[in-house]
This record gives sequence, C-alpha cells and structure tokens, in this order.
Amino acid sequence: MTDNVHSAAGAPDERPPSSSVGLLGWLRGNLFNTWYNALLTVLIIGGLMRVIPPLLDWLIFSAHGFGAQATECRVPDSGACWGFVGDKLRFIMFGTFPYDQQWRPLVTIAIFIALLLASCDRRFWKPWLALLWAAGLAAVSVLMWGGVFGLTYVENALWGGLPLTLILSVIGLAVAFPAAILLALGRRSDMPAIRVISVTYIELIRGVPLISLLFMASVMFPLFLPTGVTIDKLLRAQVAFIMFAAAYMAEAIRGGLQAIPKGQYEAGDALGLSYWQNMRKVVLPQALAIAIPPLVNTFISFFKDTSLVIIIGLYDLLGTAKAALTDPAWRGFYREAYLFIGLIYWAFCFFMSKYSQKLERDLNRSHRR
Amino acid sequence: MAEAVSNARHFPEGGEIIKCIGVHKWYGEFHVLKNVNLSVAKGERIVVCGPSGSGKSTMIRCLNRLEEHQKGQIIVDGIELTGNLKNIELVRREVGMVFQHFNLFPHLTVLENCTLAPIWVRKMPKAQAEEIAMTYLTRVRIAEQANKYPGQLSGGQQQRVAIARSLCMNPKVMLFDEPTSALDPEMVKEVLDVMIGLAEDGMTMLCVTHEMGFAKSVADRVIFMDRGEIIEQNTPEEFFNNPQSDRTRLFLSQILNH
Repeated sequence: MTDNVHSAAGAPDERPPSSSVGLLGWLRGNLFNTWYNALLTVLIIGGLMRVIPPLLDWLIFSAHGFGAQATECRVPDSGACWGFVGDKLRFIMFGTFPYDQQWRPLVTIAIFIALLLASCDRRFWKPWLALLWAAGLAAVSVLMWGGVFGLTYVENALWGGLPLTLILSVIGLAVAFPAAILLALGRRSDMPAIRVISVTYIELIRGVPLISLLFMASVMFPLFLPTGVTIDKLLRAQVAFIMFAAAYMAEAIRGGLQAIPKGQYEAGDALGLSYWQNMRKVVLPQALAIAIPPLVNTFISFFKDTSLVIIIGLYDLLGTAKAALTDPAWRGFYREAYLFIGLIYWAFCFFMSKYSQKLERDLNRSHRR
Repeated sequence: MAEAVSNARHFPEGGEIIKCIGVHKWYGEFHVLKNVNLSVAKGERIVVCGPSGSGKSTMIRCLNRLEEHQKGQIIVDGIELTGNLKNIELVRREVGMVFQHFNLFPHLTVLENCTLAPIWVRKMPKAQAEEIAMTYLTRVRIAEQANKYPGQLSGGQQQRVAIARSLCMNPKVMLFDEPTSALDPEMVKEVLDVMIGLAEDGMTMLCVTHEMGFAKSVADRVIFMDRGEIIEQNTPEEFFNNPQSDRTRLFLSQILNH
C-alpha cells in the first residue's frame, strides 16, 4: 500500500556523525549535555562510590552465610547475618503451622502462584478458569485446615506467614473485584436508590482508614452478635479487606467507565442489547482496559496493606518476621529480617507491575483506535 | 404557521410501521419537539432535513427510545414506546440505527462488531451469525477487512461497517442520523452508494441528512423541520420545486445557493 516513490533514485544513506551515535554519543546526549547535568553526573557518581562498596561489603563480603550461628555474627565489624534467615526461614514463611506439617502451606503457596500465573494468560480467560480457581481454593482449604483425607486438623489461628498474606490478598481481590464492578455501575445507574446506596457505601468506606475498619471487624463487630455466636477472626479480617478493596477499586473502574464515549452505550442499546449484555460485551471490556493502571495501583497497595492484620493479632509475613525477632538468641537482627520479607513483597509487586504493563500493551495493540 | 403542510399521497404497499401522535419532548425547560405527528409506511424512504437545532436528530432518536419523549404516543412495529424496558428492547431489535460518528466497538474486530448482536440478542449460532455478517460486509464492499479493528479503517469504511452491523439484525426499519456529516468529502459517496442500494432493495429508511442530492434521487418523502416542528412534508419534486412555507423557502435558499 505505502509505495515509496523516491526509493528507486533516492539519495544514498549516510552514517550519522560519530558524535551522535555509540557510547560516546549516548554519554554526551544523556549525562554531559549541559554544564549543570555534567555537574550532577559527577556528584551522583561520587555519591554512589561512597555508598555502594560499604553496602556490598555488608550484604555480601563481610556477611555470614545462611548456616551461621548468632554467636558468630556478634563479633565486631560483621556484615549481615543471613544465618538468621536460614534459621528462621520456615517460621517466617509458615508461622506457627505445625512444624512437621509445613509441606501443606508450601503446597498452598505453589497452588496460589500456579493459579495466578495461569490467570495471566489471556488465552485462558474462559469460563473454565473460574472452575480452576474454585478447585484450587478448595484444595487450599483442605490443605490448610485438614481434618479430611488423613490430614490432621489445623485451626486457622495457627496459620501464618506467606500463605496467610496470599489468602488475605488473593481471595480479597478476587471477591472485591466483581463487587467493585457492581458498585461502579451502581454509582452511574439511572435508578436513584441504587445510586445512593453505591455512593454512600463507597464514600463511607473510603473515608475511613483501613486500620479502623480492621479494628471494627475484630473488636466492635462481635459486640453485635448474639452471645455464643463467634465468627472467626481471620474471616472478619478478610471481610474487612474485601469491603475496603471494593470501594477503592470501584472508583478506579468508574474512571474507566467515564472515559467510554456515550456513543458506545447508545450503539449497544440501539442494537437491542440488554443493559447487562451491553455492559459485559461493549462497555466493561473497554472501561477495564482503561482502568488497568489505577486498578493495579490498588492491587499493589492492597497486597502490602494485608500486613496491617498484625494489629488484630494475625501473623502474616510481616507478623512472623517480627515474631521471629523476639527469639532471645536472634534478637537485634531486624535489618536482615525486614530486608528478607521486603524482598518477597517486592517480588510480588514488581511482577504485578510488569504484568500490568504487558497487559496494557497487548490490549492497546488490538484496540488501536 | 405551526400547522404542518402536507399533501395527501398514497403510501407504498405494506401498511404503517411507525406512528407518532402529538409527540412533545423537553430538555429541562427547552421545548425540543412540538407536537410531532408522523406516519411511516413499510418500504417508505424518508429524508428529514432542517437547520441545526431543529430537533430532527432528536426526533429519530425518539423512534428507538435513545431519547425519551414526555408527551404523546410513538408506536413502532405495533409496539408503543413507554418506560417498559422489554418493549424498548423488542423495538430496538427491529430498528437499526447508523450514527454520525459510526460508534463501532473499537475492542472488537469488524466481524465481531457485526456478529455481537445477532449472537447475544437473536441467540444465533456463531457460525450462522458470521455467515450473515460476511454476506452484509460483502454487500457494503468491505468483506476483505473483516478481521481488522475499526481503528484501522477510514471513516467511510467504518460507516459502511456500521451499516452492515445494523443490517445483520435484519431490521424492519433503518434510521440514519447524519451518516455522512463526519466524513471527509471524498468518502461521502461510498456511504451514500450503500444507502442508495439499500433503498433500492426496499428497506424502510428514515434519514436525517443534508445531502439534498440523495433526497432528490432516493426519497419518497422529504420532511422539513424547524424549531421542533414538522413544517412541511412532501414528495421531493414538490418539496424542492414548490415549497409551501416561507421557512422552507428560506432554508432551501440557504443550502442550495452556495
């Protein structure tokens, strides 16, 4: 289609001048293009030279390996003591889950990661994926609780570490997401009652800090129940998270809905699609694609916010790390503890961020307007 | 002045498919449609014209309830349009609409745009819906683009896809809301050609347009609206050669003498 009429007799291609290509060109263009940028470059290189060697020394060269004992690490001028992580790894990862049964939370983590990876592939976005999730979550419940198939029963007060973080965040997001879609649609509904309910809910929940919602779930909520009835603490925290995440995600999705031109709604209507068909097939696929950046933002902050359950006495990844530090033998190695769990949190969040960028690119490619 | 000038004429065979009786509509305090009475026979081709803001788009958008009227009756294909959602959906199935800005679904391919409503509204098997879609895409001469996305097509091509998308629902009436106004001049003809072909096949059409050539060659009746009223309706020959009201004469002098 795009014939280049000049190609036959065009001028010969020449190489660009050497000052604008290659390493030299890159340095000139990016680091030393003005005198103040050159100054900044020199200052920053100087700063890095002061910071990086001691950091590497602490992290690696003077550090004690994963097999080290606490006493070895306490000699002066020692670097990081990875022996703490080595010794406490299973406690940090699995909390107070019975020691000889800890393969069960390990398999749970594997199931969650497998489910999440499978859900990342757009070719798998079919109805059977929901069944796969149901099966996966059933398997997780069996593994964590036990009491069937010869597995010993483990009450959920003993759950902790990474499985708890994953249960709270993955189940929380999975339930909150459809709820958020309904809330966002409700907020834009023509029906006044539904609109008022949605707006009230969203504004109430968004106006309250997550911590207070967790406190309410753990302290106030039981007061309203009849005596003798108790609802599990983990479940209460989970519900509080879902309520909180739904309100935030609803606003992200509303942003996407507002970006869809009125003509799209009208075209769906004019073809005779029902409201729900129009939303499902025409409006939401476009609105959710637009809402990916703020949604992922919510996902990431929500994943990290699960660490707040520590205040109501649940031991997620951060909680078990703090608890591990209370062992008198290992007191004081908090830098190693927080670096280690920070790395785990970072790995999950970085993956989410990278995946969302890929998803945005893929969707944009097919939606080109 | 408010009384519509109309001459008695025989409608083509087939009886009445749209009837508006004393329809009024307000946007807030603004009176957009004033006592609109209209009857459309099956197979009739009607062009609606008038200055901008005269309510012509609003009127045809009332016919599939994209706009709500507040007074009077609108009966389409034997169903009165009221707040009843089921009835509205029934009417919309039978009434195709083509918009000024095409309003194709950008996240779906051309083919998927065409098969969406047949599959979900008419519950048609996918293979059959695709076969029908390809028939209509061929008819609007764009079959080779079936697997592209709307964003990859020109305006004229998009509007032809939009017409095919409506036709896939096998509608009894087609409404066109300024279908060529958003197009570059060189693309107007390809869209008008498709519309002329439709008219020749006997489709009932209501078309809001400023294309007076199209009105002259295709329309059975031209309706002139001004300030929310139907001022005059007549055959194109009578309408253009012998306009009855001053407002029509003024309008025609403005659009034909430039």
